[in-house]
Amino acid sequence: MCSVCGCGDSKVQDQAQLFTYELAPGPESRLIRLERDILAKNNAHAARNRDHFDARGILALNLMSSPGSGKTSLLVETIRRLNDRCACSVIEGDQQTSADAERICATGAPAIQINTGKGCHLDGAMVERALDGLAPADRSIVFIENVGNLVCPAAFDLGEAHKVVIFSVTEGEDKPLKYPDMFAAANLVLLSKTDLLPHLDFEVDRAIANARKVNPMVDLLKVSARSGEGMDQWLAWLEAARDSVLARRSKAAAE
Amino acid sequence: MHELSICRNILDIVLEQAATDGFSRVERIGLEVGPFAGIEIEALRFGFDVVTKGSLAEGARLDIHETAGTARCADCGASTVLLRRFDPCPQCGSHNLRVTGGEDLRVKELEVT
Repeated sequence: MCSVCGCGDSKVQDQAQLFTYELAPGPESRLIRLERDILAKNNAHAARNRDHFDARGILALNLMSSPGSGKTSLLVETIRRLNDRCACSVIEGDQQTSADAERICATGAPAIQINTGKGCHLDGAMVERALDGLAPADRSIVFIENVGNLVCPAAFDLGEAHKVVIFSVTEGEDKPLKYPDMFAAANLVLLSKTDLLPHLDFEVDRAIANARKVNPMVDLLKVSARSGEGMDQWLAWLEAARDSVLARRSKAAAE
Repeated sequence: MHELSICRNILDIVLEQAATDGFSRVERIGLEVGPFAGIEIEALRFGFDVVTKGSLAEGARLDIHETAGTARCADCGASTVLLRRFDPCPQCGSHNLRVTGGEDLRVKELEVT
């Protein structure tokens, strides 16, 4: 088995093994030993964001999916239903356009658009800058809608309390196996667009089993923004997550 | 293609180190990359050449040590090497595994002049 990409071509692995350490430095050179985490800078920004959220009792969620999974439609419906229960705001990440932020703003919730240009993911620093502009209310929910991409966003902590992966039933049951790093990082998987199930051959049980193969602990809910299926459970999940943020804040204040 | 951002981070680490250690050229960079770090090695090599062009790390050799993925089975307690996240426990066949290693993404050493 190839350890580079998991394919059956062992020749690739042989190539990879050619690049092993050559520990002896040349006569002119010297060796500096380091133990530097390459993502440390991003993680420092993420930690500052997490402190910002925790100090204000804000629940922050990092929403990730492939393009076209219905993230924005689900968010619009979620915000509409949360309306009188809890203030919320949105950080929208896309390579181009402010179309998604405009859709969110139409609900009355504040939204800020980050255009990543050629970038394929949001990072901690981008969210830190966006928070300056957005200034979310204390005890509110901040939804961070990441760039539609099931690969890169998995590696970048933004300071969120939970990672939520939206997996639409139009995508195929094997998505969790094809993009295991993303599903392994998730705290919650929302199986979306379930109103379309009668028109598809999608096997829900197989999709759920695949998600659990890469992440046995993950929470999973079936939702449809259109029919409303599962929206009550999703809102209950949000409320429970928000309660634990607030409980943590009270505990920290008491100490 | 977030390997490009990863390469920028590697270059930042090298430049910070150059400021404190006073070297002017990097011959080799030793990295440790786990199978679950979400890194495509070939994309990393390509990105590294692009990002380091014109810097003191231009032309430096990238030595990538690929670490093993490891997991512990929550059902039978076995510790195992894990090639892919969705592989079952080789002892009992369960998928109830907790990944214990393989997310490494570190600069281990620099060979400099």
